[in-house]
Amino acid sequence: MSTDTGRIAKRFAALKAEGRAGLVTFITAGDPDLETCRALLDGLPAAGADLIELGLPFSDPMADGPAIQAASLRALHAGTTARKTLDLVRGFRERDADTPIILMGYFNPIHAYGVDRFLADAKGAGVDGLIIVDLPPEEDEELCIPALKAGVNFIRLATPTTDEKRLPTVLQNTSGFVYYVSIAGITGTASADNAAVGAAVDRLKRHTDLPVAVGFGIKTPEQAANIARVADAAVVGSAIVTRIADGLDAAGKARPGLVEDVLGFVRDLAAGVRRARG
Amino acid sequence: MTRPNTYRSGPDERGHFGIYGGRFVAETLMPLILEVEKAYKDAKADPAFEGEIRQQLKQYVGRPNPLYYAERLTEMLGGAKIYFKREELNHTGAHKINNCIGQILLARRMGKKRIIAETGAGQHGVATATVCALYNMPCVIYMGETDIARQQPNVFRMKLLGAEVVPVTSGARTLKDAMNEALRDWVTNVADTYYLIGTAAGPHPYPMMVRDFQSVIGDEVRTQMQELEGRLPDSLVACVGGGSNAIGLFHPFLDEPTVQMIAVEAAGHGIEKGPLEHAASITGGRPGVLHGNRTYLLQDEDGQILEGHSISAGLDYPGVGPEHSWLHDIGRVEYVSATDQETLDAFQLCARTEGIIPALESAHALAEIVKRAPKLPKDHLMVLCLSGRGDKDIFSVAQHLGVKL
Repeated sequence: MSTDTGRIAKRFAALKAEGRAGLVTFITAGDPDLETCRALLDGLPAAGADLIELGLPFSDPMADGPAIQAASLRALHAGTTARKTLDLVRGFRERDADTPIILMGYFNPIHAYGVDRFLADAKGAGVDGLIIVDLPPEEDEELCIPALKAGVNFIRLATPTTDEKRLPTVLQNTSGFVYYVSIAGITGTASADNAAVGAAVDRLKRHTDLPVAVGFGIKTPEQAANIARVADAAVVGSAIVTRIADGLDAAGKARPGLVEDVLGFVRDLAAGVRRARG
Repeated sequence: MTRPNTYRSGPDERGHFGIYGGRFVAETLMPLILEVEKAYKDAKADPAFEGEIRQQLKQYVGRPNPLYYAERLTEMLGGAKIYFKREELNHTGAHKINNCIGQILLARRMGKKRIIAETGAGQHGVATATVCALYNMPCVIYMGETDIARQQPNVFRMKLLGAEVVPVTSGARTLKDAMNEALRDWVTNVADTYYLIGTAAGPHPYPMMVRDFQSVIGDEVRTQMQELEGRLPDSLVACVGGGSNAIGLFHPFLDEPTVQMIAVEAAGHGIEKGPLEHAASITGGRPGVLHGNRTYLLQDEDGQILEGHSISAGLDYPGVGPEHSWLHDIGRVEYVSATDQETLDAFQLCARTEGIIPALESAHALAEIVKRAPKLPKDHLMVLCLSGRGDKDIFSVAQHLGVKL
């Protein structure tokens, strides 16, 4: 970890120096359309997002709940592709050199793009890390190891089903941070018990020096604050994406004020996270 | 490509058939997948497990089913001698039950309390609901809303058998979406739930396990053909969606160089019409990763999965079992396709010449036999896997023929 000089490592080091946890926000690339998504991305850092997860849309997101499934379909209907997702990142990078961007999604769109070409283009566009849900350590040769060679962090999910024996396998090639999935389930559904999350983070910390972010089921500033007391970062996805869906008209077009409403919600989440250890 | 010493040793310990297969699942499921793999390995080494399967296949399913000489069809086509492997005579009317018996016994060994499954046409759903009733286990079947609308009789059968049928409203509301939803259920209920996958696809060990449970088809054909003709068959023909009946028929013969194998995919309105008009993943798709394995998929340039089309709801899945992808690439099995129209013609031909109404899935394989048999000598022994009966299909066939029931 000490050798990692990427944006993710720098951002977590800065958060540690500030003595607070970070807020990781998730939105899907191209949701509800490329133009609105660009405005959302540009506004996220000022609204208090410390790291940004950007969903790479996929037709069959089998680990996601209804909110993110719908976001993925909206993005695909709006014509979003892997290439356009990278264009969004490239545009963002011209205006923000520091906020880490992590692409989150499934393997097939990257497989179709070509792994080596994708990694080169992603790195060039300013992507810092990848979270690919359907690539467990058993398939590390597919993308994880090539990503590490290309200088892109590969962030692994640890879950309540990852037991003590398996944890070293999961952590082995993980870099950037560890994403603890606080419930056995899909995104945006149940919320975990706070004490259980604290115990799980402690367990992870015994095995790794990497920062631990916690996600799945965090919907309110209060829940984000609770997580921020026990973890290095709180991840909020479905709740933000639901806010986007709420801002659409009957035809699925963004209504005026959508971007400001979503960013206002992010500001509330960030305030929760920032006052957590105050 | 060099010819391997055996075609029957796969998969390797990581679940790969050549470059295909693997375990592309979320971390939450990974420990469970490893548990299923270990439990299956232990079960295979236990003669009691094998004995229980054998007993149920005989007493409950009604195996062995006949290898039937289709004399009138043979005469009509005027070439190869055609045999039907009568899987449609199994209890529940299709080959699907072979796999369900094996997997539910495994789930019981593992101490699982709840069964989930996906279904397209409803055949696997019915077979799963059947074994759940038999073994008194709660059963949840995920089925796309579109499929529910076009397969009402099977939906009611599942309910009669005590299963809960959950309509899937995401995506295109068909089989692939039902599989997504079953995976979401499994991720949420890992501790007590067993996912009973219906075809030879999905993450390792499912493709291997389903193939093993379906290999009873080919094993019986081998024995029966020996009794009837005193030798091996010359060619085997089966339909392929996910490919479980085909791999079950083929696998025991893969190392017999004289046995030719032909798998028939669904060409729908025609492969040349583009990927939305057919369901032939191998003939008209390219390799990708979905539902836990690398295999041939129907997908666009960007790797988004496409909804295939077939007259048969049991074949319109955008993927195929990984072992088939491998057998295609190394050239051991020939992959061809039959259109909706060719299938309808074969369906009616079978009914009128043999008095058997076949499933539309199986009628795809028969359509290939209609093309091929006339050109072959009379001593060529050809076996069709008649994987299911067609009662479930009479409504959609009537509709295609313009008949109002």
